[in-house]
Amino acid sequence: MEVVYALATGILAGAGVWLLLRPRTFQVLMGLTLFSYATNLFIFGMGRLAVHRVPMIDGGAASVDPALYADPVPQALTLTAIVIGFATTALFLVVLLALRGLTGTDHVDGREPEA
Amino acid sequence: MLGLIVLLPFLGSLAAAFVGPHARNAAAWLAGLTALACVLLLAALFPQVAGGDIVRLDVAWMPRFGLALSFRLDGYAWLFAMLVASMGALVVIYARYYMSPGDSVPRFFSFLLAFMGAMLGTVLSGNLIQLVVFWELTSLTSFMLIAYWYQREDARRGARMALIVTMGGGLSLLLGVLMLGAVVGGYDLDTVLAAGDTIRAHPWYPAVLLLIVAGVLTKSAQFPFHFWLPQAMAAPTPVSAYLHSATLVMAGVFLLARLWPALHGTDLWFWVISGAGGASLLIGAFSATYQRDLKGVLAYSTISHLGLITLLLGMDSPLALVAAVFHMMNHATFKASLFMAAGIIEHETGTRDIKRLRGLRHLMPITATVATVAAAAMAGVPLMNGFLSKEMFFAEAIVAGSASGLRFTFPLMATLAGVFSVAYSLRLIDRVFLGPVAQDLPRMPGEPTRGMLLPSAVLVAACLLVGVLPAQTVGPLLHIAARSILGPALPQYELAVWHGFSAPLLMSLVALSGGVVFYVAQSRRGRTFAPTPLLSRWDAARMFDIVNAVVIRGSGRVAGLLFPSRLQLQVLMIFLAAIVAGMLPLLRTGPGGGNLPLTTFDPSFGLLWLAGAACAIGAAFRAKFHRLAALIMVGGVGLVTCLTFAWFSAPDLALTQVAVEVVTLVLILLGLRWLPERLDSEALRRRTPRARARRARDLVVALIAGGGVSVLTYAVLRRSGAGVLTPFFLKNSLEQAGGRNVVNVMLVDFRGFDTFGEITVVGIVAITVYALLRRFRPAPESMAPTRFESRASAEEMALAHVNDPLPPGEFRIAAVLARPLLPLAGVVSLYLLVRGHHAPGGGFVGGLVMASAVIAQYMLNGTIWVESRLRVHPLNWIGIGLLTAAAAGLSAWAWSLPFLTALTASVHLPLVGEIDLASVLLFDAGVYLLVVGATLLILVALAHQSLRRPRKTVTPVAAPLEDT
Repeated sequence: MEVVYALATGILAGAGVWLLLRPRTFQVLMGLTLFSYATNLFIFGMGRLAVHRVPMIDGGAASVDPALYADPVPQALTLTAIVIGFATTALFLVVLLALRGLTGTDHVDGREPEA
Repeated sequence: MLGLIVLLPFLGSLAAAFVGPHARNAAAWLAGLTALACVLLLAALFPQVAGGDIVRLDVAWMPRFGLALSFRLDGYAWLFAMLVASMGALVVIYARYYMSPGDSVPRFFSFLLAFMGAMLGTVLSGNLIQLVVFWELTSLTSFMLIAYWYQREDARRGARMALIVTMGGGLSLLLGVLMLGAVVGGYDLDTVLAAGDTIRAHPWYPAVLLLIVAGVLTKSAQFPFHFWLPQAMAAPTPVSAYLHSATLVMAGVFLLARLWPALHGTDLWFWVISGAGGASLLIGAFSATYQRDLKGVLAYSTISHLGLITLLLGMDSPLALVAAVFHMMNHATFKASLFMAAGIIEHETGTRDIKRLRGLRHLMPITATVATVAAAAMAGVPLMNGFLSKEMFFAEAIVAGSASGLRFTFPLMATLAGVFSVAYSLRLIDRVFLGPVAQDLPRMPGEPTRGMLLPSAVLVAACLLVGVLPAQTVGPLLHIAARSILGPALPQYELAVWHGFSAPLLMSLVALSGGVVFYVAQSRRGRTFAPTPLLSRWDAARMFDIVNAVVIRGSGRVAGLLFPSRLQLQVLMIFLAAIVAGMLPLLRTGPGGGNLPLTTFDPSFGLLWLAGAACAIGAAFRAKFHRLAALIMVGGVGLVTCLTFAWFSAPDLALTQVAVEVVTLVLILLGLRWLPERLDSEALRRRTPRARARRARDLVVALIAGGGVSVLTYAVLRRSGAGVLTPFFLKNSLEQAGGRNVVNVMLVDFRGFDTFGEITVVGIVAITVYALLRRFRPAPESMAPTRFESRASAEEMALAHVNDPLPPGEFRIAAVLARPLLPLAGVVSLYLLVRGHHAPGGGFVGGLVMASAVIAQYMLNGTIWVESRLRVHPLNWIGIGLLTAAAAGLSAWAWSLPFLTALTASVHLPLVGEIDLASVLLFDAGVYLLVVGATLLILVALAHQSLRRPRKTVTPVAAPLEDT
């Protein structure tokens, strides 16, 4: 599973980087989305992979065995990252719309490249 | 009381900033009374200081780092503080009459008072770091005052130059002080002054000395940093009188004398300081002889006199130090009065050009007398205070000369400077006041108001008084000041007008007669207004400008190289840097060989990511020409990610991700409409070789980045972590925070402050989006009807059917089905919110679910139809949400607990059962409200763009959401 997980993260990151380097704003937006998936998976992976070990405490407070639960720290970090990611995507989308309205082009530099 | 002396001017400055722009009298009274209060406070402290006590005020701040607010008043500091405060009072009176009604006088007095406070802070500081802070404040306020007439180019230029030079010196000083503190082991002034031997023996001594001296020389306008002072003459004349003759420029030599016990007594000290001082003395005096601008003469003369003081300090003998302190006081009095006289002349005649001024003696006799006496003091004529300190200087030049092997150099230099000094003083008086009355003056002058004459006259009276009765007037003060630097073992000196025939007297006579001869010879040959011989070609100010321009252009080049204007290159550089940074840990450990066993491979997970990878790669290659297809594929990747979260025990993440997927999809779909049409065609696909090379390069970078992320992820997954944080949260979640869902507990409790910050950011982003869209102007072709709709008819239809029970269009069945969705989704979202503490859910997911339900109404029923029935106010939701979360956090204060401490109370309700009423639930409710508001605000604002044009022509039936 680790191999698949690592490959998946890498493929998302690679596709994201490719798109982020492209000249059209929509491509960059898609790239940003893919790259943030990769980042979220990467941060989430910092807790190592754990199946059937949801970090919800059952039983009494006294007998908590940390080994029985997945790591909640990266989960909490990723959760906020997902919501912030939505907000920045929205902001970027609006900025690229405004750019397009102002300059008449969807090139990231705000003007078509010469030749 | 000590703190009050420094605090008062700053308070006054603040108050002056708030009186009306034309309340000149109020501002002047305020400034004058503040200065007067400082004078009185200092006077009240005099008995203590005179007794040899050091008055102190220490407020510990960061004792471990040796930082404290510390004020310290000894005899020397008292003398200087008194000079600053009393001179301030006189300048305020003068300025009240000097400034014209058109100027914003309160602004002037506000800056002046701030400067006074900074200057008092500098001289009273008992901690070196604090001293540097006040020192920099004086530079800053000086900048504001020089640039007071900011509409004038020369004022801006002069202010900029002064700021750059003195601030650069200030940085150097800070560095020197930090090193000094490291050498001594503390920044307290007393500690430093007592540690002179340690400092001199330390290998850092040369660096410390040079850095501090650089600060001193820039501040006191000493060679080679002297050039800023003449440029600063663009300031209003009261500023020149106060800052650039009596106080600010004196701060440098003040500090040099202050640190004298700690730093003096080495060859380096002698050569560096007397060298800079001697050069300034001669260059200043020589240049002053050729200036045409009245204030220019005085500026160069100031450089020269400060050079004299520096030279005395550099001579490194106790007696020379006494002479230096004495001359500081004398120079301040006669130079300030001369500046005031120059200001009067400019005020009355409208010019400062010495070539145009003549014979003013007939028109303004009192001013002429005052100025003549002050100029005589400057020249060192007997019976003036300038004569006394100059005599001491001559005597010391002989002593120091013979001690250092410069037997003739020092006395010769001193006499030569004396000659020039007499010459420029004489030239000033002769050209301006004597001779026939000038006929082509811009204004016909007369005596000024008494308010302007008074301060100047008071200072001149002080010059005379000290000059005639030195031992009775300034003697005790000088004694106290010198004692606080040198300690009780003071050298023998006598303040008297007549010492008998001696070498210094001879030098004075040579200087006086030489000066007269030099001036007469020069004016006979008509060279009075020639450019300064030798020096005019080495205009330091011009060189400064050239260096400045070169530096700015050079940094522009470097910036252009590092930060290319093209975004793609910037992004590329960021990725390359990230790749290098990511490689470093791998190089050290290698990817393989972890200690964790591999989990068993599940083929369905493999298949899942086969689809996910296909989607990602497909999206990467389709995003240019097939946006919708790319968007759908990215959505597919999102879903696979979401399933991955669920697979690996993160139900909260999976829930949030799926909700975010929905809103993101809607968001981008709404945005797609405004992007330019780009149809796939062979012509567009044909690429130049350069483009092809670029794509190949990007592909390589993407492959390396992706591969790197893979390897890094794999390396981490195979290794166990430090395991410090995780057990803490797991163990304390239920026990301390009373929640079973650890992730949620972390968000709302353990890391509540972080979450609070985050929802604030989300709210800000939403409002930014809203604000950007208010001014949004779409590209013209986007406004045309698309291939799929006829906009105008659709709008009209929507408006016509606004009162129908169902909206028009093809979605009527869906609209009927969507209607019960809203209350249902509302209940579900609240359920998610409430259960969040113990089971998957929480404010983020709940909010997103609620927002998507509302958005579904918009999509299926049309904006106009929905808003005629359902009014949401997302801005209010955001505000209330943020306030709710803040209130939940603040509630802890009622029990004197820190912000965001969780409070719990278990309540038993009939029917419902046990319920935990916790402040964290309130906090999560705030998160919920804010997320609903922010999501809706963003989506609805974007949706409203379609209504942009019709709203200009047709009055909408429904009031728009907000003022979109």
